[in-house]
Amino acid sequence: MLGTTIREVSLALREGRLSATELCKKCLKRIKKTHYLNSFITVTEELAMKQAQEAEHRLLRGKPHGPLDGVPFSVKDNFCTENIETTCASHMLKGYCPPFNATVVQKLLDQGAVLVGKTNLDEFAMGSGSTDSVFGPARNPWSYTSSYREQSPEQDPDSDWVITGGSSGGSAAAVASLSSFMALGSDTGGSTRNPGSLCGVVALKPTYGLLSRHGLIPLVNSMDVPGIITRSVQDAATVLGVLQGRDEKDSTTVQFPNLATSLPEDFDIRDICVGIPKEYHAPGLSAETLTQWGRVASMFERAGAKVREVSLPHTQHSIVCYHVLCCAEVASNMARFDGLEYGHRSAVESSTEALYATTRHEGFNHVVRTRILSGNYFLLKQNYDRYFVKAQQIRRLIAEDFRRVFQSGVDVLLTPTTLSDAARYSDFIQEDNRTRSAQEDIFTQPVNMAGTRHPHRSEIPTYSTVQNLETAHIYFTSCQRWKNLNTCSLCFRRCFHSLSTVFLAKQRL
Amino acid sequence: MFHPSSDRWSRLIYLSAVNIQKSLLLARISTQNYRETAARCKCSATARSLHTTAPLRPAEPRCGVSELHAHGVRTAGRRAVRCRLESSRSSSSSSSHNSKVPQFPTWEPVAESQLPPPTKVSLDLVDKLERLALVDFGNQEGIVCLEKAIRFADQLHVVDTDGVEPMDSVLEDRALYLREDTVTEGDRAEELLQLSKNTVEDYFVAPPGNIPLPKREERSAMLQHADF
Repeated sequence: MLGTTIREVSLALREGRLSATELCKKCLKRIKKTHYLNSFITVTEELAMKQAQEAEHRLLRGKPHGPLDGVPFSVKDNFCTENIETTCASHMLKGYCPPFNATVVQKLLDQGAVLVGKTNLDEFAMGSGSTDSVFGPARNPWSYTSSYREQSPEQDPDSDWVITGGSSGGSAAAVASLSSFMALGSDTGGSTRNPGSLCGVVALKPTYGLLSRHGLIPLVNSMDVPGIITRSVQDAATVLGVLQGRDEKDSTTVQFPNLATSLPEDFDIRDICVGIPKEYHAPGLSAETLTQWGRVASMFERAGAKVREVSLPHTQHSIVCYHVLCCAEVASNMARFDGLEYGHRSAVESSTEALYATTRHEGFNHVVRTRILSGNYFLLKQNYDRYFVKAQQIRRLIAEDFRRVFQSGVDVLLTPTTLSDAARYSDFIQEDNRTRSAQEDIFTQPVNMAGTRHPHRSEIPTYSTVQNLETAHIYFTSCQRWKNLNTCSLCFRRCFHSLSTVFLAKQRL
Repeated sequence: MFHPSSDRWSRLIYLSAVNIQKSLLLARISTQNYRETAARCKCSATARSLHTTAPLRPAEPRCGVSELHAHGVRTAGRRAVRCRLESSRSSSSSSSHNSKVPQFPTWEPVAESQLPPPTKVSLDLVDKLERLALVDFGNQEGIVCLEKAIRFADQLHVVDTDGVEPMDSVLEDRALYLREDTVTEGDRAEELLQLSKNTVEDYFVAPPGNIPLPKREERSAMLQHADF
């Protein structure tokens, strides 16, 4: 039952074949069993059981709130949850219990979904491996499967595990290890799609402005969006339908008209034009990913879709542009952590400046501090035009690239999500956070910068890699109609057979 | 890298340079094992000319793609079986690559000569940034990290952005919703004050202001005595 989709489990709940409390207990048991993955920072057992009981009463009366009533979900720990510790995996917010729920969390709770816990992440969502958390790194559930272990039986799984990707690694691991049916992540430069890819689950980054960011502790105001991680495309559509909409508390939300979020059962793939951006073959792309990219393209061609090569000429520079804009906005956003109103406060009382400096020294790790300092450097008067404004100009060029491609008749773009499959932790930490982010975010960040004209990107699991790690290497970007994205996703699904995670339950997990 | 301009000769030189680079790239790849090249090129092209980075995984993989196809069905699980069956089926049916997918990296390497001179972060600049950000570098490694970040960002300068308007928001093409200027919530002072570590009545308590941050040497001592 844990390995089913939201659609299936919701039907089972409504038909009475399964009780909400039973399901909740199973998920909580699963979380305990997979504690070594370190995917959860806080597990909200009592609250979850209480919510499950309420859901059960509603379901018994035949009055569920909707398709998510009684379904367990988890939330990345940078979303505020009322009276539940929200740490952003940092010392700065250890012990911080917000007095309100983030809008997207509130919407899920209003639908009757059951919150099982807050998941692990890179500190303040800065990173691409979920390795820089004060609670320790999150581990990829796939590195504990017997098929992965078969390859090196003499190695101890606890020393040879593989990263989840980041920064929403805990969320992706929770969904992949069947501890919850859906999870919220956040996506600034690929932070939902990257771990979704490396953990082999469906990850959706909605268009900027579609989902409210109220309650999401911000990293980069102009690029952050809450992300959705599920095990099927249908589920992602359902959750998106629930979460979208303008929010009075977030002035950057917009109402997109005619956004149907139920997926069509019949569709004609021949109406779709798939674009392959040639610049997405970046140096370092693994042979396996390249093969799969070609395979998926051929699959679409055989199914009757039009497939053609397109060009996004500024792709190569987008990662640099992202790096500058990200650091600059981070420097501004992290200025709120001074120890006075909330969060950690140091014991130094000699002056406000000394308090701020020591609090921030104690509260932030070196990754956060480096980004703040880089951001401050780029924003210095003598550097502002040469770095920050220059990056903003390049951002416009990147957005123009996408606009031009979509106006030329392309409906979706087909690209890899990451350069290769998940790396071993011991290899990943050979380089610093900034270098790894520059490698891992290569394919995912351009669309964060291009923004609203190009709604939605999702990535779909494709195959088992050489290392027997389940990965999702192909992702779609869609313009105009959400339907196009899901049409392609569904077609893709049917060609590759529906995703089933039942076998994962049979492994050591 | 030249940027194609309206000048015909510049365009010809640019195209020739691009063609030569492409030929060199093709020649290099065709004479070497692709994995070796991939391992060497693991760092992004934009960083390649600046410093080499450790590859994400060892150059010798545990098992190759060919072994995966040869083994066919495994007992590891339903989905794995389906995926591998699919992979072995498709590998036999489509032996050649899809022509729409580029077979070689398409990025143009950025040479050192195209970049401005490397920035050395002076002690004065370190001090200035630490005062502005109220965050410390920690140690020499932090300063080196900043220098690398600046070098990475220097690649912005190879792109021609003459006449391009800076873009600060992706929602610039629409008017955002403005609500009525009426109070709809509030009266939560008590809840909010509880979040702070030091309050007196309805006030957040702060140490005395208008005192400049101590000098660098004193700051290091102050931070060393800090809690963590």
